[in-house]
Amino acid sequence: MTPYEKLKMTRQNGRPTGVAYINGIFDDRIELHGDRRFAEDAAIISGIGSIDDIPVTYIAIEKGVDLATRMKTNFGCPKPEGYRKALRLMKQAEKFGRPVVCFVDTQGAFCGADGEERGQGEAIAENIMEMLGLQTPTVSIVIGEGGSGGALALCSADRVYMMEHAVYSVISPEGCASILWKDASRAEDAAQCLRITADDMKSFGVAETIIPEDFDNFDVTCAVIKKQLKEDLTELLKKKTDALLSDRYMRFRKFGIYEENGETRGTVAYSI
Amino acid sequence: MIFDKWIAAFSHEKLTCGACKKEFSVKELRKALYICPECGKYMRIGGRERINQVVDKKSFEEFATGLSSVDFLEFPGYADKLTKAIDSTGEDDAVICGHATIGGHPCAIFVMDARFMMASMGSVVGEKITRTFEYATEHHIPVIGFTASGGARMQEGIISLMQMAKCSAAVKKHSTEGNLYITVLTDPTTGGVTASFAMQGDIILAEPNALVGFAGRRVVEQTTKSQLPDNFQSAEFILEHGFADAIVPREELIDTLTTILKLHRKERVAG
Ligand SMILES: [Zn+2]
Repeated sequence: MTPYEKLKMTRQNGRPTGVAYINGIFDDRIELHGDRRFAEDAAIISGIGSIDDIPVTYIAIEKGVDLATRMKTNFGCPKPEGYRKALRLMKQAEKFGRPVVCFVDTQGAFCGADGEERGQGEAIAENIMEMLGLQTPTVSIVIGEGGSGGALALCSADRVYMMEHAVYSVISPEGCASILWKDASRAEDAAQCLRITADDMKSFGVAETIIPEDFDNFDVTCAVIKKQLKEDLTELLKKKTDALLSDRYMRFRKFGIYEENGETRGTVAYSI
Repeated sequence: MIFDKWIAAFSHEKLTCGACKKEFSVKELRKALYICPECGKYMRIGGRERINQVVDKKSFEEFATGLSSVDFLEFPGYADKLTKAIDSTGEDDAVICGHATIGGHPCAIFVMDARFMMASMGSVVGEKITRTFEYATEHHIPVIGFTASGGARMQEGIISLMQMAKCSAAVKKHSTEGNLYITVLTDPTTGGVTASFAMQGDIILAEPNALVGFAGRRVVEQTTKSQLPDNFQSAEFILEHGFADAIVPREELIDTLTTILKLHRKERVAG
């Protein structure tokens, strides 16, 4: 499969969305709504549940499964109130020492005029910054499309998993092609150039784990994720807060490939 | 020293105002703080001009120099664009960092330069801004950041997106340790920079009429399917909607920054 075919697959009908993962992975689920500031945003589904004996806060970007639900969730493009709701739940998780698990599936944050009026940029900026300082473990799973800042707002975590055919990109290949070549139909080329696949993320160090997809046996897929989450959360919960935060700092500090006084720097070794 | 030479070198060049098309010498414009003497338009300013405008004379010492971008994805056209930007600006990349004093108060400063590939943020920009915050955290001094950007540098793929997180982590650390961060939003501050360190200041100032927003105007129009007001995504628009603390005219900027820095002097070390 080419990177663009993978991207198109993440947008296909029938692919499991956030809500399916939540139902498949967590027990004792209580859904919590609203940002307590402005509104409820259906593009973010969030609440509390458990993985065996570990209580967790879950936050998922939900694309919707049919036209009616997709209209309601803006096709998985969260508005500022969605990000603020996510942040409210993260802070609540921090208070009660619960880990946070995020599921990311979005073409990007909502781009309408009302989003700009209510500070879409500020909402994402605040989420990234606060998530990086959150005094409780965080794991993010890109389950479909990881689109730009709108995805990073829920991906600034201790560990990132990619579903096998999920993609993660700084810009949609369509957007990239239309900006660079004034031709959105060259999205296929752009997808190739941008390096957006799960394998790419692993070699960049952007993701630690790739989860195999078996959507005919979705319960098997969920069991794999559950096992991986349990293992990682158990390890992360043992860390002292200082170590958790400094390890997270270093996880992101390493990103960058550049030349300094003639020498190539950056701890991410990547060869094409 | 290098800075003084640079100031002398450009004095006799001519520049044209984008709004009224009148031509002025750099010397004239510098005196007018690059506000068009004819029509009042705020012209975009190069990084070094900006530093020259706001810091105390001879106080600026640049750090994190000698960093340059690498075309590690072999992205079509990137190497060419970099060469052109380096040639036309004389800069290594789109941000200049260092320490200086403003009104006698020490601070770390970063200035983004929209002339360099629209100040898109790749590894070099992210690294230099991160180092600015790390330097300031270590020395317990404020950061003053002049933002301008078209967003993330897509030619560096996902690594450019990660710069948003890398810088944000450094901002958070600087903030957690009780240090001040002032952002000055300049024309244009958009995309991934708006969605990270531009909006993370303790105090957010903006230049009059500067374009400040997350999504591009055309994308917003397509999404909203309606005409947007003329002032949409202007500094005035974000002030009205509660996302900036104040709009500060260029001629008042030194005074405003000095006052804020003075009010944040640390007379007493916490703890
Ligand atoms: Zn003019």
